[in-house]
Amino acid sequence: MGNNKFDIFDILVGSEGRPDYKKKPVIIQGMTGSYGSTHTRLMKAYGTNIVAGVTPGKGGQSFEGIPVYNTVAEAVRVTGAQISGMFVPAPFFLNAAKDALESGIKLLVAVPEHVPIRDSLAVLELARSKGARMIGPNTPGVIVPEIMKVGIMPAQPFKAGTTVVFSRSGTLMYEVSYNLSKNGFGQRLGLGIGGDPVNGTDLIEAFDLIRDRKDVESVVVVGEIGGDAEERLAEYMIKTSFQKPVVAYIAGRAAPKEKRMGHAGAIVYGNYGSAESKTINYAKADVPVAKRPAEVPELLAKKMRR
Amino acid sequence: MRLLEYQGKELFQQYGIKIPKSYLANDIRQAHDAASKIGFPLILKAQVTVGGRGKAGAIVKCNSASELDQKFTELQRKEIKGELPRGILLEAMADIKKEIYLSLFLNRSKRCYSLIASAEGGVDIESVGNKVIVDIPIAGLGSETASDIAHKLGLGGNAVQLFVDFATRLSRLVSEKEAELAEINPLAVIGDGSLVALDAKVIIDDNSLFRHPELAKYKHVSELEMQAETSGFSLVELDGNIAILGNGAGLVMSTLDMVADAGGQAGAFLDFGGSATTETIYEALKVISRIDKIDDILVNLFGGIVRTNLVAQAILDAYRDKVINVPVFARISGAESEKAKEMLKGSKAKIYDTAEQAIQAVVAEASKSMKASAMSGRADHAAGRGQTTTK
Repeated sequence: MGNNKFDIFDILVGSEGRPDYKKKPVIIQGMTGSYGSTHTRLMKAYGTNIVAGVTPGKGGQSFEGIPVYNTVAEAVRVTGAQISGMFVPAPFFLNAAKDALESGIKLLVAVPEHVPIRDSLAVLELARSKGARMIGPNTPGVIVPEIMKVGIMPAQPFKAGTTVVFSRSGTLMYEVSYNLSKNGFGQRLGLGIGGDPVNGTDLIEAFDLIRDRKDVESVVVVGEIGGDAEERLAEYMIKTSFQKPVVAYIAGRAAPKEKRMGHAGAIVYGNYGSAESKTINYAKADVPVAKRPAEVPELLAKKMRR
Repeated sequence: MRLLEYQGKELFQQYGIKIPKSYLANDIRQAHDAASKIGFPLILKAQVTVGGRGKAGAIVKCNSASELDQKFTELQRKEIKGELPRGILLEAMADIKKEIYLSLFLNRSKRCYSLIASAEGGVDIESVGNKVIVDIPIAGLGSETASDIAHKLGLGGNAVQLFVDFATRLSRLVSEKEAELAEINPLAVIGDGSLVALDAKVIIDDNSLFRHPELAKYKHVSELEMQAETSGFSLVELDGNIAILGNGAGLVMSTLDMVADAGGQAGAFLDFGGSATTETIYEALKVISRIDKIDDILVNLFGGIVRTNLVAQAILDAYRDKVINVPVFARISGAESEKAKEMLKGSKAKIYDTAEQAIQAVVAEASKSMKASAMSGRADHAAGRGQTTTK
């Protein structure tokens, strides 16, 4: 399953003592659009070292003192960036992602919603062949609280700490992280899996990113109805005896069947994808499921005491 | 986008996948025309997107022209699991020797396309123990793999090549039309040994429709859904009387769960997305105002990407312009939430710090409206909602 050695912390933060520690260069594809420019400003203010933007046809311009290039290849050659935050509209996603991966980008943070599934699959295949990773599409992005973020998440809910939050939903990632922060559970990492049926980094791969990390003490998984990502995660936890305390939340218990609840991936067919099936499987892996976002820190505190 | 059977079969035909002689009829005159081309006996199939049509009585055999009038009209008016048919498909009877199951689908777990086939067709595939599951490369199903599958299904002789032909054509349809699912159940081996697709279930990836203008004609949404979609909202109509709005699908789902836990009944799910402005939220309230059964509106907003004061302004504008007159219960937190609270003071909107508080309040209010409507009848209530809700 993918490349288990992919070290997301090394890519995002780097190692202490190195000149680029906490200053890893990031490029933004689609920086000149209104969405991209708004969030470029916010990411920069948070501490992300944004070194270049890429918008075909706008090379040579600059935004907030950040140079814009026509291609990722050019931007990478000049800056050495390995991370790209993608803010291009869905119809342009496939070509933009290919451009990035073929230019040596190792981490694609794919923010756009409504990317066709075939395009996600094609990018996933290309990323695998290049030893690169995609987060998303339809993700709020990734944040290392109080150090940097690539994505659209607000800063306020997140505080530095030792919990990791993985989420299939954007706003629920903020909501749960806010509740965690308020109760003394800061986060080492917040990562949006994405709301689509196909995710560049799925829950199991996300767990592999942190399973051996000493600076991670607990994990919170914010899931929702649809698919069997939670079921497979539970199975994986049992099979590999995952040691860190894990608490889950699942949105969509009260949703009707066969209706897409906002996210392309949030749809139940029969029992496939139901909250009940997920809860049952989590129970087997000894993962408590919170009834409300505010209950997550309570359950985590209980779990940590054991 | 879930296609109706006849739409799926239109695609099958384009790809050379054999189907029985069939015609869609929307009225009895068209039905008689179709019947004269097919001959009796024939099958009447109600065109609905819900599953389990056979058991629900949506598929009826018709023996003669004299039976047709009554059976056609009955079926046309028959509600199947809450859905009225969009036309009736008249189809020739097939001389079935054997039924096979065949489908290609997006396998979310494995992140690829997979094929499922079984020698036991015509029943719910979930209940079948003996099935062949094969992953398919993104380039499509190869003939050799298809031939292997045919042998595993116990097909022999001519049927192997026919199956290979069927499966590879279906695979081409799935890649070119960007289907999430293409299912033939049953795929029948008929009297002369040939294969025929007796049913068609096709789901197209909505997000790919921008490059498939040829499929636009199959799109079927209500005027309300269309309005929501044009504004960039996700809207799902539900059965209760509380409309739930929020910024993010996960958050709105979570709110729906908490409302249900508190004993409330949601009547609408609306996600206005992360990049909402005063205008779009005003639009969202406008969409909600068109749903008659809504007595109360719950807004759950986690600020940050959405500027919360913009939401407050939208609510104020909606009251001012009489777009809405029902109470709004809002939970607002995040960027500039203090300012939002200040702005909404004195309006019919109530602001809460936590989702739990807002939910408790809206459920209490909505259950009063429910009781009122139970006493006066839903229709009266809907007609007089201006009075009942202006408290």
